[in-house]
Amino acid sequence: MPNRDRVERGLLRVLKPLVIALFVLFTAAPFVYMVMLSVRDIQELILDPGSIWPDRLTLDTYVNVLTRQGFLTFMRNSAIVAVASVAATLLISIPGAYAVARLGFFGRRQVHFLFLAVYLFPAIVLAIPLFVLFTMLGLRGSLGGLILVYIAQTVPVTVYMLRNYFETVPRSVEEAAAIDGCSRLSTIWRVVLPLSKPALMATGLYAFMIAWNEFLFALLFLVERRESWTVSLGLSQLAGSIEIPTTVLMAGSVILTLPIVFLFFAGERLLTEGLTAGAEKG
Amino acid sequence: MTRSRTLREQEGRAGLTLIAPTLVITLVVVVLPLLWAIMLAFQDVRLINIRSAGLFGRFTLENFAYVMSEPGFWTALVNTLVYTVAGTALSIAIGLVAALALRARFRGRTLVRASILVPYVAPVVAVAFLWETMLNPQYGIVNTWLDQPIAFLTQAKGTLLGIEVPVALLTVIAFEAWRYFPFAFLFILARLQALPADLEEAAVVDGATPTQRFRYVILPQLWRIIALLAVLRFVFTFTKFDDVYLLTGGGAGTEVVSVRVYNFLTARDDIGASAAQALVLALVLVVFLVVYLRFFGGGERAEQG
Repeated sequence: MPNRDRVERGLLRVLKPLVIALFVLFTAAPFVYMVMLSVRDIQELILDPGSIWPDRLTLDTYVNVLTRQGFLTFMRNSAIVAVASVAATLLISIPGAYAVARLGFFGRRQVHFLFLAVYLFPAIVLAIPLFVLFTMLGLRGSLGGLILVYIAQTVPVTVYMLRNYFETVPRSVEEAAAIDGCSRLSTIWRVVLPLSKPALMATGLYAFMIAWNEFLFALLFLVERRESWTVSLGLSQLAGSIEIPTTVLMAGSVILTLPIVFLFFAGERLLTEGLTAGAEKG
Repeated sequence: MTRSRTLREQEGRAGLTLIAPTLVITLVVVVLPLLWAIMLAFQDVRLINIRSAGLFGRFTLENFAYVMSEPGFWTALVNTLVYTVAGTALSIAIGLVAALALRARFRGRTLVRASILVPYVAPVVAVAFLWETMLNPQYGIVNTWLDQPIAFLTQAKGTLLGIEVPVALLTVIAFEAWRYFPFAFLFILARLQALPADLEEAAVVDGATPTQRFRYVILPQLWRIIALLAVLRFVFTFTKFDDVYLLTGGGAGTEVVSVRVYNFLTARDDIGASAAQALVLALVLVVFLVVYLRFFGGGERAEQG
């Protein structure tokens, strides 16, 4: 039926741009609104809640949220947690991934199952014993405990991501290095790692995003010590208070969101390829 | 020990040494705590008596009986199920539409793709606060477009076209769909772009219309990735805490089991009951997974074989 074909093609030609426009509207518009709210005075929002463009631009909201509400401290905490998580995750998962990719050892096949289990494992179940344990050890309120939990949650995934990449490094290159007198560790350091830069960046980015965005464990471990709050925790705790104007908190949201969105798009290609690599194999 | 080790043995040793840090941290921070959580669920423990209760206190089933007879538990379980099924189905369906729309190249596709990914990438605390603000009955922008303001996140029930609907629960589901459809989008798009072109070309030659090509050529090749996504999203959403807690705090008929687990742990300081509840949640999840794999995993094998 050529007729039906023509009708459908015509319809699609009209519908497709419309659907795409709707997707952009529903995904981008809220974030544009976020930025717009963050640069106006609260009075303006109360008087004219329907307006999108601010009448008078102000950056006082950012000054307020950074200094008076303590977001500078929160950002420092988040940065410490995220950077430490990235460093430790890489340090642990590089040798781990290499072992799984290259070396036959006892239990190698079972390791995958363990990692999948950790990846799918509900955080809320884990939260209970860790909350109790950290309370007993007096680790609640310390960033170190939080970092430890983040490492444990990211390492299984990053080992998997890195392993996929290490397997694409030709064995012959490694063997050449071995013949030239490289030990196993220096082969990893001098040959495998330089060849795996994209995968390392993707892995680091993944660990950073988990640590920066995470909420549940930050809430459980840090809520009683304001000076240890991360940006996520800080925003969630202050969002309930009546004294802080919504526009000031919106500035806080922008501060929380911007670094992650920026980093993600800086390394997006690397990250999405790494995460969906398994899917393409079907 | 006069015999020097074989290469194979050396390799095995090196492998275990290199993987050891990974195994140790997962063991200490994930596996052992999990076992402890199971033991806690069978003991009467609170933070106050935790030291005296110790590792092997008096084991009892009281926590489970108590938790399941508490008011609100079964409602929360039903809410969890509705929230998970609807959130999973919607996010995959919308993700599929987005992937199909962005399959062919067009000018600005990279930008559109980036825009679609932002809800998923942005921190959950920030987007939950954004939704709360936009839906606020006093100054939320969405309510300025409506004749009558709706308290989307604090109102348990409302009427839509004469039918009573759970307003807050639907809003939370909409949030879930909005936030996680990019996840499905990414996976489906990756699969779509890896599909061989010749099948579709053959269908075009045979005179198949676009919907016929979708129904009989594209969709059959996507079922596997959709089934995988369904499992992943179901597992993640079923035990999800952040989204509901941040949007409604579990109020207005949106209480899910994970939020109850948190409340029992912190507000009630009842560790045993909290752990028992979390275990019940995990068990229900496992049952669903087993049933699902029986149905779909088995079906797939039959098709192939």
